[in-house]
Amino acid sequence: MRTPALVVCTLALSAATAGCGIFGGSDEEPADIHVYSARHYDLENAFGEFEEETGLKVEFLFGEDAELLQRLETEGEGSPADLFFTVDAGNLWAADQAGVLDPVESEVLEGAVPEEYRDSDGSWYGLALRARTVVYNPDNVDPSEFDTENTYAGLGDPKWQGRLCMRDSTEAYTQSLVTALMESYGRDEAERIVQSWLDNDVDIMSNDILLLEAVDAGTCDVAIVNHYYLARELEEKPDMNVELFWASQDGLGVQLNLSGGGVVTTSDAKADAQQLLEWLATDGQDAFVGDNHEFPVNPDVKPDEAIEAFGPFEPMPIDAEAYGRLNADAIDLLEEVGYE
Amino acid sequence: MIGRAGRSGRSAWLWLVLLVAAVIAAPVVAVVVDGLRSTGSVTLPADLAEMVVTTLLLMISVGVGTLVVGGGLAWLVTVGRFPLRNALTWMLVLPLAMPAYILGFVFLSTFDEAGPVQTLLRDAFGAGWLPPVRTLPGAALVMTLTLFPYVYLMARAAFAEQSPTTYDAARTLGASRSRALYAVVLPLARPSLAAGLALVMMEVLTDFATVQYFGVETVSVGVYKQWRGSYDFESASQLSVLVLLFAVAVLAGERLLRGRARYTQRGGRGSGPEPVHLTGARGWAATLVCLLALGVGFLLPVLRLTGWAIEEARRDADGVVDYRFAEYLANSLTVALVTALACVAVSLVVAHALRMTGGRLPRAAAQVTTFGYAVPGAVVGIGVLLAFADLDELVRAAGVEGGTGLLVTGSVAGILYAYLIRFMAPAYQAVDASLTKVNTTTTLSALSLGASPMRILTRVHLPLARSGVFVAFVLVLVDAIKELPLVLLLRPFGFSTVSVWVYELAKENYWEKAALPALVIVATAVVPVYLLFRQERLIDRHPGGTA
Repeated sequence: MRTPALVVCTLALSAATAGCGIFGGSDEEPADIHVYSARHYDLENAFGEFEEETGLKVEFLFGEDAELLQRLETEGEGSPADLFFTVDAGNLWAADQAGVLDPVESEVLEGAVPEEYRDSDGSWYGLALRARTVVYNPDNVDPSEFDTENTYAGLGDPKWQGRLCMRDSTEAYTQSLVTALMESYGRDEAERIVQSWLDNDVDIMSNDILLLEAVDAGTCDVAIVNHYYLARELEEKPDMNVELFWASQDGLGVQLNLSGGGVVTTSDAKADAQQLLEWLATDGQDAFVGDNHEFPVNPDVKPDEAIEAFGPFEPMPIDAEAYGRLNADAIDLLEEVGYE
Repeated sequence: MIGRAGRSGRSAWLWLVLLVAAVIAAPVVAVVVDGLRSTGSVTLPADLAEMVVTTLLLMISVGVGTLVVGGGLAWLVTVGRFPLRNALTWMLVLPLAMPAYILGFVFLSTFDEAGPVQTLLRDAFGAGWLPPVRTLPGAALVMTLTLFPYVYLMARAAFAEQSPTTYDAARTLGASRSRALYAVVLPLARPSLAAGLALVMMEVLTDFATVQYFGVETVSVGVYKQWRGSYDFESASQLSVLVLLFAVAVLAGERLLRGRARYTQRGGRGSGPEPVHLTGARGWAATLVCLLALGVGFLLPVLRLTGWAIEEARRDADGVVDYRFAEYLANSLTVALVTALACVAVSLVVAHALRMTGGRLPRAAAQVTTFGYAVPGAVVGIGVLLAFADLDELVRAAGVEGGTGLLVTGSVAGILYAYLIRFMAPAYQAVDASLTKVNTTTTLSALSLGASPMRILTRVHLPLARSGVFVAFVLVLVDAIKELPLVLLLRPFGFSTVSVWVYELAKENYWEKAALPALVIVATAVVPVYLLFRQERLIDRHPGGTA
């Protein structure tokens, strides 16, 4: 009597844990191109447009950068992914280092994506740009107070004591900004700058929207945020009391984060994947940056009106390898000086 | 531990426990091995010592907090009748349903300096009299008010299943109400309180979303920073081992808390002490206490989310619910239900098998099944990937062309397996806490009367541990519906859940769009929690009635 009962138990267990593949696949026909993406903004609309134009069906899976990369690596040859999109130059570099991206030679891509926004071997191509710059409350700050040459570093000046708000150290954008400072000024000087922010009692927050709300409410005078959050908030609340200032225009320029992607090494639809990448860098640029108010990487494509209103700016050059290589050092630096 | 009588026939149960433990522990072991095997230089965070101290402080303060709030409220609703008591009794579990990746933002955008609450206070009374929110005490408070339901639920079930005769005897013998509580009721409820507390501690250990919002650097934050920021999974997995060590300490502590004492009681399953009618101001004060406890972790966030959802509906009436809504919800519910059933079944079998065999080995093995709860979710996910990659290698080495194929991420199997690993702890803690209180003589009598272990499981242990089984089911169900990192990492193409949907929007700060699906997650918890309380007569018990 005992044995059958045990068998039933064990069977029930294995059935419960393993036998439930039924609701995994959908009834729809399989897609032509499978995308792993750590970005989500408007991908749906962009892929929908692409499908209409080409008849190629695209399906994407959203996830976190590091996790998706790890998944790609462990899935190995069996991976369904054809394209990998991520949101930071450092992440693109890391994916390339991990060997999951296949170099693509394409005149279309080379014509559309400026050299500084793509890998020299063509392993990845940037598609959209996010500027990390300074915003302020015009009631409390006169823009002439900003150091126009070294705006980020200038926020360490004692005159900003108790007036600063910034993002926390777990955020990739904070790490990238510090990486950029390290690359521009060297590690020691970067450490001094971060320390000077701390000496000014910078209020550290964990969300860009919270930063904007704080500047709007006047509990912070100045914050460093991504430009598109302000564009988006202004769309919903036009009377928001927050202005944008393009940082370091007389110096190194505004710090940018590059989002883009590349064709996966193990893909079985490389030609289609390349076609999608080419489309996104050209006709699809509008759809890709779309409602998110990012800057298109293709110089022939105009940015949308909301962000054009912020005026033109000089960007800081992007060195993806430095972003990828130095990011760990940036985390160390932040930990050493005690920036949360 | 049952004696040696008839042991030989029960060794199959021993093997079953060992097998279950091995299957469940495999991914966690894969991570540990991966971490320890790495030959490259491992960089640990510069402020590791500080992180350890912060983690300890947070664990202790949240532990004490949840014990006081959860235990206190459970006692209050057990012994008192007051306005709205029946509704509050089950609503007090609902903070569990609020996903951490939503709560941090909602809480801070409401209570931080620039939020409406402080702005209002500033306008009325001037600046600077509220302490800063984004601090360790702030995080401890918020976590206490969202995690106390673990303790509350366990304690509530424990109080309710105590036979009233014990409490009444103490009272008849002249003990005051509080003396009866401290000398009789609480000691008897100790396994349940300890189980709830252990769950809270493990939640605190592995939480990333809340602590990150409050700028509190625990070891788990270190894990994520190392991994996501430095692409350094080896260092991250070594840090996870450290997190796991904390958890081992917690579980050892839980065993110590239970001590060598036995918690069995005579007279079978009871119905708890007879409640006292709290009249007038005292009654309303009790109501207010419950509402306050619910306020921060549940009522206010729900209000805020509702406000956002309405705003969004006004702006874009068509866009709120699209066609995928039903599919996502069905996916969430199916996965959660299957997980809850599987976890409860496995827990019951393991706890039952322990009774049948006893001994250190199976006891240790049973404990190992709960470790998945003590490792950050995303790390468990990677562990599952690694374990299956190893399996694939083995299968290939054995000569099977193509190996296992895309077993984990190609179907929902990976998610279900990962969920089983992750949620065995709440299920096992609840079931075990309940079964511990079943008298060993009951089991022995059944054995000596010739009942087979299987029959004892279904006819004796299952009915007697019923409240634990129900609690386990609801805990896992609620946890699984809101779970995020595992489903995000392991899901196949075309498979999405409500929690993934919420997170996709929340990550990009579309809070107004995320509000409605977030409310759906919370709402799905209402039904099982309510049913649990009705079914188990935890709401309104009939005097002296046994279930």
